[in-house]
Amino acid sequence: MTLTLATVCIPPVGLYHYLILAAFVFVCGLLTILLKRNAIGILMGVELILNAANINLAAFNRYAHGGLPGFPSLDGQVFALFVIVLAAAEAAIALAIFLNFYNNIASIDVERGKELRG
Amino acid sequence: MTNAMLAISDTQLATNVLFYTLAAGVALSALAVVLSRNIVRTALFLLFTLGGVAGLYFLLNAEFLAAVQLVVYAGGTLILIIFGVMLTSKAPGMKFEPKAIEVLVAAITGTIMLVALLAGIISTRGYAGHPAEIVRQPLDWGTSQYPVSDLGQALLGDYLLPFELASVLLLVVMIGAAFLAKGRRRRSGREDKV
Amino acid sequence: MIWACAISSSPALPLADGLGQTLVFKDLLGWTAAPWWAKLAWDLAVIAGVFGGLLSVIAMFCIWWERKVAGHMQCRPGPNRVGPIGIFQSAADGLKLMLKEDLLPKDADKWMFRFAPYMAFAPVFAAFVVLPFGPEFVFEPRLAVGIFYILAVLSVEIMGVIMAGWASNSKWAIYGAMREACQMVSYEIPLGISIIVGVMAAGTLNMVRLGNLQAGGIHTWLIFRNPFTFAAFFAYFVASLASNKRAPFDLPESESELVAGFHTEYSGLRFSFFFFAEYAAMFVVGGIQATLFLGAWNDPFGIIGYFHAKFADGNHDLQLLVLNAVASGIFVTKAMVIIFAQMWMRWTLPRPRIDQVLYACVKVLLPLSCCLLLGASLWGLVVGSRAGVPWVDYQPFSWADWRAVPVALATQIILVLIGLGGLTAIALWVGYAFITGRNLKQRLTDPADIISRIDQTGPVIT
Repeated sequence: MTLTLATVCIPPVGLYHYLILAAFVFVCGLLTILLKRNAIGILMGVELILNAANINLAAFNRYAHGGLPGFPSLDGQVFALFVIVLAAAEAAIALAIFLNFYNNIASIDVERGKELRG
Repeated sequence: MTNAMLAISDTQLATNVLFYTLAAGVALSALAVVLSRNIVRTALFLLFTLGGVAGLYFLLNAEFLAAVQLVVYAGGTLILIIFGVMLTSKAPGMKFEPKAIEVLVAAITGTIMLVALLAGIISTRGYAGHPAEIVRQPLDWGTSQYPVSDLGQALLGDYLLPFELASVLLLVVMIGAAFLAKGRRRRSGREDKV
Repeated sequence: MIWACAISSSPALPLADGLGQTLVFKDLLGWTAAPWWAKLAWDLAVIAGVFGGLLSVIAMFCIWWERKVAGHMQCRPGPNRVGPIGIFQSAADGLKLMLKEDLLPKDADKWMFRFAPYMAFAPVFAAFVVLPFGPEFVFEPRLAVGIFYILAVLSVEIMGVIMAGWASNSKWAIYGAMREACQMVSYEIPLGISIIVGVMAAGTLNMVRLGNLQAGGIHTWLIFRNPFTFAAFFAYFVASLASNKRAPFDLPESESELVAGFHTEYSGLRFSFFFFAEYAAMFVVGGIQATLFLGAWNDPFGIIGYFHAKFADGNHDLQLLVLNAVASGIFVTKAMVIIFAQMWMRWTLPRPRIDQVLYACVKVLLPLSCCLLLGASLWGLVVGSRAGVPWVDYQPFSWADWRAVPVALATQIILVLIGLGGLTAIALWVGYAFITGRNLKQRLTDPADIISRIDQTGPVIT
């Protein structure tokens, strides 16, 4: 048991570890979008997907980028910063839309959005 | 099981332990977001996911990014989401049950996606042509002595155009959100008078 | 704390080093030869013992002090039964809270209800990691985003309050939680912008470097660096009052309106967590103001900075330790002065409505802080300032080193005179009121005395 734990834990944490984690979070976000009927639950799934992409960006920034050794580059961090800003903006608009939806149909269930009336 | 026996340095041991702890936290919280039935608890688990991701950013030397993640995402976007949840739920703990066929389709899609992503990750070639290169010896590009200053200069230097576009976008979003939040009520009031 | 470990484990940044991990105290403690578990145990012991202990002492002291301040400002003595001047009142309160029944509302979300106090307390505790108690007494000095990190963790506290309100399943609690979230999120903007104004004058976010930059005496303190930083201090003070849910912005727990706001349904030990969190947040906010504006651990004459520059060469470890102890005392005193100012505001000002609170944020404080930001950036371009660490890069009391930036020096000295003048005026006014007020009113301290005077003079006491 300790041997398997040791063989898993000893190699230095590298790019692949972060990519696999980000893939898992991405799939969780995808499942949230597919499974939730509450519109705000779907928004939370979108946030999970964006976070997975950000983990990827930050990991690539730290472990593998096209710069020269000794000259750290910040592309990944800047990209992730912009993603966070855009995610916040998109969440604000999405919530304004959902609140209007709720005011019109008196339910936050997206299944009720099938009707084109109103 | 001392690190002398394992022949790794203190830093590497601490990095490994922290990564696995934080990664477990993030993965479990993300799973809980999917599986939770109560929307407020889902938001709470999303908070844990965002906090864990911020911890991972600290581990990746992206300190400013981690602080921005906490301020904007955990302390701003998530509060907004919670407000939306509170304003649109009639009673705490409203449950929506997805149909069985939907669960099956979602599970299949998720599995296919996960397998495809993992296959893509594991089969990627590194810079030297061997995938093992990146894992065995994480390339250390060195860290700058003034990381925040470098970030500021990058934002106003190389990335000035996206920076300005982002600020224009935020202005558009503010106007749009204000309009969306106010528009309907006035119209319905006028209709009543007519 | 886990984030602090994360930073210690990342490749070492060549900034200032911290307790035990530095060249400075290595010989005293034999640090570099210690195994990893000894270092981890030391870290945990410091956090649990020093920070936990400091937090408890501060909270208990502040609870007693608040009630004393409240009493004296309302012409009554405050707690004076338990202990010589009521000093053991906090212990009595703590004992009472611990012995109370642990209530859980009927339809409350049990796990969230139990979890919320910890979620409100943990972020504030995490902020202690970067507070600079002394030039070497910082738990994690290498964090390049020190002040921003504190801002970040304090914004996670909002979630704890919302969870507490929601999980209680009670009208008062939900109203309190929504008001509080609204208020705290709105006031984070002027809070952040005021911090940016101070940081622009300093040029760094690192807490230790901020303290070192102000080591030359009172004219090097950042509050006196330019008039915009001076105004930013007061803007930050007001915004931090709202962020701490302190009066006059204490609508979330408005005692006369909402029973107790978001912690209505909490009793006993869980309630005491919220109280601890509030006083700890007051200390952290006072610590931020002290670090960013009031010179961190430095005294007004630059003595600590002078001796630190002399002792920091690796041979004077014991003197450095004593210097750091003195510096921590000064830092805690400054934070306590800010806390006293917050308590003073609470027991003097009335409480505005929620729409007035939001009006004050969006239409007064936000434009003000944006103007301050603009002014501070222009000031930096037009006037400039004396860059570098006092005593290390230049001598703060020699004209030769200031000759290149005479306008900056003149502004700093004028602002020092204004600031000290204001403080002196307030002190004289308070002293005058104290002296003349002693004879005017007879303070009512003894119940028998009050009753006998009512019998003599009727219901109105003159």
